[in-house]
Amino acid sequence: MATRSTLPPLPSPSAPVPGGPGRKRRVNESVSTWRLTDRIGYLFMWAAGLLLCAIGIGIVLFMALKGLQYLRPSLLVSRPQADLDQSKSGGFLDPLLGTVILTIVGIVIATPLAVASATWVVEYGRPRWLGRAVESGIEIIAGTPDIVIAVFGLVLFQQGIFGWMSFTAQGGAVFGRSFLTAGSMMSLIALPMVFASTREGLQAIPSHVREASYALGKTKAATIRRVLLPSVRANISTGAALGMGRIAGDTAIVVVLLGASLQLDPQGDVPGLKTLKGTGGTLTSYVYNNSPAGEGNAPQKAYSAAFVLLLIVIALNFAVDLVARRGSAQGIETSRLGAAK
Amino acid sequence: MLEQVRKPWTDRRAERSLGALACLVLLVILFMVVFVAIRAWPSFHANGLSWFGAKGNVDIQLDRMVNSGANPTKADYQLGAWPLIYATALTTGVAVILGLVFSLLSAIFIVEFAPESLRRLIVPIVRLLAAVPSVVYGLIGILVFVPLVGNHLITPGQKQSVQYVIQLSGGSLLVSSLILTIMITPIMIAFTVDGLYAIPRSWREGAVALGVNRWRAMWTVTVRAARPAILAGAVLATARALGEAIMISMVSGSKGFAPNPADGLTFLFEPLRTLAATVVENAESINAPAMRASLYAMALLLLFGGLVLSLGSWLIKQPLKKYGVRN
Amino acid sequence: MIIEPEPMTTTGDRSDPRGAPLPPPVRRIRLDEPATIANAPVVGEGAAPGSSRMRRATLRTHGPERMTLEGLTVAYGDNTVVKGVSLTIRQGEVLALIGPSGCGKTTLLRTLNRLTELTPSARRGGIIRIDGHDIDELEVTALRRRVSMVFQQPNPFPMSIFDNVAYALREQGSKRPATRTLEPYVHEALQRAGLWEEIKDKLDHPALRLSGGQQQRLCIARALAARPEVLLMDEPCSALDPKSTQVIEDLILELREELAVVIVTHNLQQAYRVGDDVAFMYLGDLVEYGAAEQVFGAPRAERTRDYVRGAFG
Repeated sequence: MATRSTLPPLPSPSAPVPGGPGRKRRVNESVSTWRLTDRIGYLFMWAAGLLLCAIGIGIVLFMALKGLQYLRPSLLVSRPQADLDQSKSGGFLDPLLGTVILTIVGIVIATPLAVASATWVVEYGRPRWLGRAVESGIEIIAGTPDIVIAVFGLVLFQQGIFGWMSFTAQGGAVFGRSFLTAGSMMSLIALPMVFASTREGLQAIPSHVREASYALGKTKAATIRRVLLPSVRANISTGAALGMGRIAGDTAIVVVLLGASLQLDPQGDVPGLKTLKGTGGTLTSYVYNNSPAGEGNAPQKAYSAAFVLLLIVIALNFAVDLVARRGSAQGIETSRLGAAK
Repeated sequence: MLEQVRKPWTDRRAERSLGALACLVLLVILFMVVFVAIRAWPSFHANGLSWFGAKGNVDIQLDRMVNSGANPTKADYQLGAWPLIYATALTTGVAVILGLVFSLLSAIFIVEFAPESLRRLIVPIVRLLAAVPSVVYGLIGILVFVPLVGNHLITPGQKQSVQYVIQLSGGSLLVSSLILTIMITPIMIAFTVDGLYAIPRSWREGAVALGVNRWRAMWTVTVRAARPAILAGAVLATARALGEAIMISMVSGSKGFAPNPADGLTFLFEPLRTLAATVVENAESINAPAMRASLYAMALLLLFGGLVLSLGSWLIKQPLKKYGVRN
Repeated sequence: MIIEPEPMTTTGDRSDPRGAPLPPPVRRIRLDEPATIANAPVVGEGAAPGSSRMRRATLRTHGPERMTLEGLTVAYGDNTVVKGVSLTIRQGEVLALIGPSGCGKTTLLRTLNRLTELTPSARRGGIIRIDGHDIDELEVTALRRRVSMVFQQPNPFPMSIFDNVAYALREQGSKRPATRTLEPYVHEALQRAGLWEEIKDKLDHPALRLSGGQQQRLCIARALAARPEVLLMDEPCSALDPKSTQVIEDLILELREELAVVIVTHNLQQAYRVGDDVAFMYLGDLVEYGAAEQVFGAPRAERTRDYVRGAFG
């Protein structure tokens, strides 16, 4: 053992040894004894936390205030008209329907694709490099800006083979904009969320559940279909709800791939399909167009539509909580703030 | 043949079908890059490397493209997109740096120091902020903050000092960056909080037992070990900031102008427009071939930016794994 | 108990009247043999294997008192875990806390450096003094530098070995000391922990790459770096293999010269090998407290006698 007496004493920390005369007082770890930099950091941390709360509450209160101020039930059911006079320009029924249609189309396309991919990645995933590539690919899609996806959608759906999805002019030029095309690209927006939720749910199922099913003689396919997927239903719903929230809130794809018109403009003759092949707008494009950045200049309409939009999006995002709490969701608790991703 | 489909699926078939659907996703990305690149090529071809430089007023160049009609000449393709690139880098950079500080402090607050009642309030607020659509952020920005800045913050003197170059009216770098920061903070907070919670408590306990106060223990041990998660959050947030089009288009003043730091404080109040916002605003004119090529070129640039970010974050995570820092 | 197998017979003999083979023979266990108890080893005579690890002779003077516990009571919520315990911790001696699971010995240990304050529901009564001062009146980070702790699971930080040991030194004081000034202290701590020879040329390697026993010694070195007065050890060897355990027990016997050591262990043999004083706790009460020879050789309380003879655990 080295002789320690030759080493100089350690730098002593500046800690006071206070004593009351026998009076017992628990001195908890008080901030006042920390170094100055620590104290400043602590202060900033509290400031950040409080600022975050203030911003969140501020946005909600402000939108609620403006929304309740300007929202009339009649706005929800009357169709918008292009008119400079605000009292005649109607409500936003068409954009509201547009949001609903687009969200449904998007999620209906995204969910099977995402569930299939997640199932393949978790349960099969061979060859390994392909599994990793698919996961990376979905991460890349998640990180791609919506404007790039919109522009890509335009390139893709203006090709001749996709002419059935939208309006085709006499000369053969495909318009490329419709609910079908926009919905397909919106599915890419929702895909990563459903994929991630499903994958987490499947990974959280312990292996003995699968082994029990194989031991009973079921094939892997049957196990997936009858045992695994039903148990991750809650996860799929959660992911889908989050995806729908994102679709409902997206504007760029609407502007580029849906035409962002005021009214729904169906194309063709087949009822139902003609709306899907046609163009239209959603609440998001309606808000954009009615703000000073767009053509209209109707802040009241913009506020009311934005308020309705916010309610829809909040409802979708917080429905996740209800599902998680009620259903026997696998792996939903693992990520406390995962919804925000 | 219907018999074949009706039989219970063998594992082979299930695997192949699911795999095919999964690979569809990969194909989508591949097509995305290829198609956009093909459409973008004419613009790069006509400009060469000067596409990335500054060649005069970008707005004038874009207007010319709109008016060029169906048969544009080479001159119509002229574009020097530097002001747009610069604006994108500026807003994204400021937002990410401010957001990183803000989100890290908030995340530590949530994980360690917030009283329980406050934590129960903050977590839903973070999720709420992440869920708010960008158009709502833009609306609040353009109806509240832009007039605020334009009428109350910018002095007439500042307006005069740049009046020969650009008009200041409230839509500015300041408002764009600040709102963008708020938009990307929830993503970073979510990743950071998850990362911090994943660090074993035993490390923090060991640090505290050595006589280090909770703040330093948190920073020097837990935050340090959670660096990959923080980085992942920052990368995703940067990608989001890069691609934000609608909100920026509403609050940035929407001029293809490169804010000049030499102007001092006025620099913050100068308008600008990012690449993404430019694409969204000119989308209706996309049928003009010159405009189409230019917009696709900008989209390609954004796409590459996102890919580079993903690659960069993967590269940075590698050396950190050496010290057993969790993934 | 004596286990005696039946003599093996061929299957030809062992068939029932119908000719089908009988099941294999059953081994009988005789329950009527008297129980034998091994005698405790005699202390003081040398030449026993590992005698360097034997304790000093019974007649010794006590070292200076370092910490005293007076009527310590700890409760988590409504559940009282430690009930009115009074002990003394002296320099130059190892105090072993023994007792079955859940008896409160780990909680007792954690109150000594006020680590129980990390649990919101914990409440404490009674007084703990270090060198005469009430520990509640000390600044808690200063206390923890004087009273260091080593945990059951080795928990080195995800940093290099050097950074681990230097951690406590870097984070005290108002200025971060330069790496060069810290080198002698790190060297000293690693030597005291018996790890220096093995890793002296690997100081910047990641700490998590060490073996379990080395990691635990690293944690001990880390705890020693700030030159504490008291070293608390919470079952330090329970996660380690026997060889590492022996190394660490030798280490404890060396360290007790300069420090007061308090070790919680559920391994009675370890407590006997290492401890000078032994405190036996049962369900929160301090049942017996005295010199190790006395507690193991001639326990006063019946419960202690039952425990050390393995009647319950």
